[in-house]
Amino acid sequence: MHDEVAAPRPVSLALLAVQTLNGLQLGILLFLIAAGLTLTFGVMNFVNLAHGVQYMVGAYLAAMFASLTGGFWSALALTLPTALAFGLALEFLVFRWLYDRDHLSQILATFGVILFMNQGVKTIWGAAPLSVPMPDALSGSVALMPGLLFPVYRLALIAVGLATGLALYLVINHTRVGMLIRAGATNAAMVSALGVDIRRLFMLVFGFGAMLAGFAGAMVAPILSVEPGMGDNLLILAFVVIVIGGIGSIRGAFLAALMVGLIDTLGRAFGAQMLRVALAPAAANQTGRALAPMLIYILMAAVLFHRPSGLFPVTR
Amino acid sequence: MTMRSQTPAILLFAGLALFPFVARFGAQAYLLTLGARTLILALAALSLDFLVGQGALISFGHAAYLGIGAYAVVLASMAGINDLLAQALIAVAAAALFAALTGYVSLRATGVYYIMSTLAFGQMLYFLFVSLSALGGDDGYTLSSRSRLFGEPRLTSDFAFYYLCLAALALAYVMLTRICGSRFGRVLNAIRQNPLRARALGFRPFPSRLAACLIAGAIAAVAGALLANQSEFVAPAFMSWQRSGELLVMTILGGVGSLWGAVLGAIIYLALEEALSLLTDQTHVLIGPLLIVVAIFGRRGLAGALAPKASGSAA
Repeated sequence: MHDEVAAPRPVSLALLAVQTLNGLQLGILLFLIAAGLTLTFGVMNFVNLAHGVQYMVGAYLAAMFASLTGGFWSALALTLPTALAFGLALEFLVFRWLYDRDHLSQILATFGVILFMNQGVKTIWGAAPLSVPMPDALSGSVALMPGLLFPVYRLALIAVGLATGLALYLVINHTRVGMLIRAGATNAAMVSALGVDIRRLFMLVFGFGAMLAGFAGAMVAPILSVEPGMGDNLLILAFVVIVIGGIGSIRGAFLAALMVGLIDTLGRAFGAQMLRVALAPAAANQTGRALAPMLIYILMAAVLFHRPSGLFPVTR
Repeated sequence: MTMRSQTPAILLFAGLALFPFVARFGAQAYLLTLGARTLILALAALSLDFLVGQGALISFGHAAYLGIGAYAVVLASMAGINDLLAQALIAVAAAALFAALTGYVSLRATGVYYIMSTLAFGQMLYFLFVSLSALGGDDGYTLSSRSRLFGEPRLTSDFAFYYLCLAALALAYVMLTRICGSRFGRVLNAIRQNPLRARALGFRPFPSRLAACLIAGAIAAVAGALLANQSEFVAPAFMSWQRSGELLVMTILGGVGSLWGAVLGAIIYLALEEALSLLTDQTHVLIGPLLIVVAIFGRRGLAGALAPKASGSAA
């Protein structure tokens, strides 16, 4: 995640803009992953540790299809249905047996899925990191302002994420399925009692969430190395996002994802410099380095302290 | 909670006490090292089982206490304190402080929010130690020797060290069993079963839950101090979230709420991992599905399967 675009040393407007865009891009990526996660948590009250695996599988599928077909777009087109099928298969084999069970059983099973898949991708595709070619149309950089070059692909990533967010908003708030999902997040038992096949709704939410995570994995594959365990750390960040945003809330996930992405990126980039106002340079560097990765967790603790159900709690 | 039969626990500890003698017929040094490591992680899993089984507090950051205990040994030996008991005391104090600070925030949340907040605090501590270059940062810190016990280097023998770990585990087991049977344990259990009713009877959940976090954290920190001595090396990886997850898996595998089940769960998990690694380097491809099967079909873990009646109420 931290292979941000290199930027000139002194703090300038251009540097600030580059890092803000980097933060925005991380936030968008987190949103794509957190959206499915917050719904499975919210609608099914299901602790799914294996959601990061779906992101990893998306990236691996993109790498495999890219080397088979030779192109990024064809790989993406093949990855989406395969990621969906993978998610549905997981739901059928593992998750649907655990909906009525306590969180402990869910943790045990999904931890098992992580162990299996992290080793599984190593067995199938090898332990060495894979790479995915960037589509020609989106390679290169554009000058956003004097002295500020930013890669087109990262801009496209931000645009795609925003479009996905908008589409999700429309689906959740203005369609019948969306209404059922919102109702399910509020009171799943009641929705079931009203004659909705709640199991099918669960399956739909689950498969769709898996596909979104796989989509995120495929989209970032060209700018990251695809390797086993790549979903683990992102999963933790996605948890932070949904807890800050309020479990079950897409709007909360969106805003929290942008917050976490920006704070993490800007904190790492400028934290030490900002501390120099108050501290000696050496002390500021040391404190900044220690504090920057902790910022988002401090934010989460602060949010939990004041709002134990996140910023946008789903009313029950 | 019903009074439970102690037979499985007695058999388990007798087996552990005899293990070094059986190990003589095999690769003794290797088996004793593995055994001590298993006992240490069993100690951590035991403390987590107390938290989860008695308090219904599912902590996904319990490995933080292993790290606190381990780094307490590093910092104490840097300051010239080499005695294990003194080091363990420092570890316990540090763990109690961390448990009090994080518990004050975490315990405001419930359910999934509680799980996630413990995870966040674990990650916070992890990144703190990654960034502390004076303690080796990400690469960790190698200890010059094992700690002393009552002024003498008694822990250099793997045999002695194994029995020290076993003594710590047995002591913690007896202590936690006594706590479960005490007034405090009963209140904690009542709060777990029905917070609303317990509140109506005049028991506030927060102080009892916080006390449970302090007890579990302190025991896990002792495990951390032992772990630092066992490997003579300390790294932030001791408190990674994967390690917290492993501790939870050991606890759930063993069967939550019986205490001895967590010890058994740790033994089975680590023995399985070790045994499979002799056969194949794809251990997790086999262990993963096994955990899934246990989660789906095994309702109360190994303790539930071995002693169906003896195991108390399921969480």
